[in-house]
Amino acid sequence: MSSSALALSSDRFAGRSEEVVEPASPRAPVWRGGIVAALAWAAAAGVTWTWPDITPWSRSGLLGAVECTLGAALFLLAFAGNRGRLAALRPWDRWLGAGAVLLTLWQILTAKTAILPLPFFPPPQSILEVYTDDSARLLESAARSLLLLLPGYAIGGAVGFANGVAIGWWKQASYWGHPILRFVGPLPATAWLPLAFFVFPGSQSASTFLIALATAFPVAVLTSSGVKGVNAAYYDIARTLGASERFLILKVAIPAALPDVFVGLFMGLGASFAVLIVAEMMGVKAGLGWYLQWAQGWAAYANLYGALIVMALLFSSLIALLFTVRDRVLAWQKAIVRW
Amino acid sequence: MVTLVHSPATTGLSVQVRGVHHAFDTPGGPLPVLDDVTLDIEPGEFVALLGPSGCGKSTLLRLLAGLEAPSEGKLGADKVRIVGPDPSRLLVFQDPTLYPWRSVRGNVALGLEAQGVDPQQAAARTDRTLRLVGLGGFEQALPSELSGGMAQRAALARVLVNDPRLLLLDEPFGKLDSLTRMTLQTEILRLWRDAGFTVLLVTHDVEEALLLAQRIVVFSPRPARIVREVAVEEPYPRRRDNPALQSLRRDILASLGHAHEL
Ligand SMILES: Nc1ncnc2c1ncn2[C@@H]1O[C@H](COP(=O)(O)OP(=O)(O)O)[C@@H](O)[C@H]1O
Ligand SMILES: [Mg+2]
Repeated sequence: MSSSALALSSDRFAGRSEEVVEPASPRAPVWRGGIVAALAWAAAAGVTWTWPDITPWSRSGLLGAVECTLGAALFLLAFAGNRGRLAALRPWDRWLGAGAVLLTLWQILTAKTAILPLPFFPPPQSILEVYTDDSARLLESAARSLLLLLPGYAIGGAVGFANGVAIGWWKQASYWGHPILRFVGPLPATAWLPLAFFVFPGSQSASTFLIALATAFPVAVLTSSGVKGVNAAYYDIARTLGASERFLILKVAIPAALPDVFVGLFMGLGASFAVLIVAEMMGVKAGLGWYLQWAQGWAAYANLYGALIVMALLFSSLIALLFTVRDRVLAWQKAIVRW
Repeated sequence: MVTLVHSPATTGLSVQVRGVHHAFDTPGGPLPVLDDVTLDIEPGEFVALLGPSGCGKSTLLRLLAGLEAPSEGKLGADKVRIVGPDPSRLLVFQDPTLYPWRSVRGNVALGLEAQGVDPQQAAARTDRTLRLVGLGGFEQALPSELSGGMAQRAALARVLVNDPRLLLLDEPFGKLDSLTRMTLQTEILRLWRDAGFTVLLVTHDVEEALLLAQRIVVFSPRPARIVREVAVEEPYPRRRDNPALQSLRRDILASLGHAHEL
C-alpha cells in the first residue's frame, strides 16, 4: 500500500503529515549560518591564541586548537551539501555561533582580564585541563553513578508499574494502596536517607532502595490513574468479543495507559537523579555526587564545573534515551512532551 | 464484491425480550429507562428500533449484548437466557472506538485473539473480512489515518470476523456524512442477505429504518415503552421515493409525535 493511495482515499490522512519537509533542491545550497558559525569559532581561536593570559594557562594552546578545529569542521560542512546525518545540525547554526561568542566572552572575563576572579570563576582552559588531566577519575565517577542509578531505577519502575496497574484495576488494591500513595508519596525520597543508611547493610543497597522509591511513586501514581482513566467503551468492546480479565488488563488497560506510564517514568527519572546525587554526597564514596563533594573540599572549582557538565550530559542523554524508547513504543501517538 | 466466504451458513439467533424493566442508579434516585419491553425477533430478521434520543434504545442493546443485566425481566437468545457477553452477539457503536495503538488489522483481529484462535488462521480471516468491508490495502494503517466512514467499516469488520449470529447496531451511521451513510447502508443490507445473521438496528432516522428493516419497533420517550410495531414488506433494494414507504413514514412520524412536520 503506497502512502499516496492512503492519502487519496482517506480524507483525514492529511492531518498526519504536518511536519513540513523542506524541498530538496537540485544543487546543494551553501549553509550560510554554518559559515557564520565557522568564522565565529575562528575568531574565538584567534582571541585564545593572540591575547595573552593574565597568568599563563597551560591549556590555552589546546583550547585554541579545539576552537580552530570546530571552525574548520563547520566550514567544510557548510559546503558539504544538505546530506547525511550532520545536516541535522543546520537549524542549530545560531546556537553554534552563539557558543563561540559565549565561550570567548567567558574567556575574556576570566583568563584574559580577570574581571571575574579566581577561584570561583575558572576560565574555560582550566576546565579543559580537568578533562585532559582528570578524565580517568571523572569517567569512573560517571560510570559508578550510572551503575548505582540504573538498577534502582529499573526496580522502582517495575515495582511502581505493577502496583499502579493493580491499584488502577482492582477495587481492593485501590482501597488499600491509594491512601498510602496519597500519604507517603509526597515525602521526598531523600527524607528517608538517614533511616535507609541505618537500616540497610551498606550504602549501596540503601541508595538503590532510595532511588527505587523515588522512581516507584510517580510511576505508580501515573500508571494507576492511566488505568482508571481508560475509555470504558474499550472494555465493553473487548468483553463482547470474548476477552478474559487477563486479556483486558494486558491488551486493553496497559496499552491504553502507556502514555501516562511514560510520563511517570519521566518524572521518576528526574526524582532518581536528585536522590542519586544526594546519596553519593552523603554516604556512597563514589560517583559524580561524590566527585562534586570532593572537588568542593579541595576548592577545585574547575573540577566542580567540569563534573557538572559531565552530569548534565549524562542525565540529559538518559532522558533523551527514555524519550526515544517512548516514541518507539507510542509510535501510534503524536508526541506530546518534546525533549 | 466478494460474498462472505468463511461461513456461508451463519444462522441468525432468535431474540426474546420478556417484561424487561431497567433503571439506572443516579444521584437523584433511580432513573427508569426501559418500561415493560416485550419483543420477539425471528432468526435472520432485520428489525429497526426507532425512538427519540435518550429514550433507552442503547440500553436495550447493551442488555442484549450481555454488558448489563436488566433490573427486571428476562432476555434470551435462541431461548437461552442472556447472562453475559458472548461473541455470537456483537455490538457496533455509533463511535467506531478502534484501539488507537493497534493497526486496522490488529483491531479487527481483536476478538479472534481474545478467543485464542490460531494466529495464522486469524490473520487469514481478518484480511478476508477487511476485503469484505472494502478495507483491503489498509491492513497496516492506524485508526488515526482513517476517515470516519473507513473507521466505521473497520469497526464493522472487527465484529463480522467473529461470525456473529446477532448483530446489534447502535446508530452506526449516525455521525457519517450522507453519501458515506448511504453506501454503508447498502453494504449492511448486502452483508445481512449474504450471511444470514439477525440484525437489530437502533436509529432515530425513520428513513433509514424504512430502507433497511423488515420490521420497525417504535419506542416512546424515556422510559422506553413499545408504542408500535410496523412491518415493512417492500422488497429490496428499496427506493427512498417508494410511495408505500412515504406513507409509512408519515404514519410513523405521527406516532412519534411529529405530525406537524409532514
Ligand atoms: N450508565 C448509565 N448511568 C446512568 N444513566 C444512564 C446510563 N446509561 C444511560 N443512561 C441514561 O439512560 C437514558 C437512556 O439512555 P440510552 O439508552 O443511551 O438512550 P438512547 O440510546 O435511546 O438515546 C438516558 O437518559 C441516559 O442519560
Ligand atoms: Mg443511544
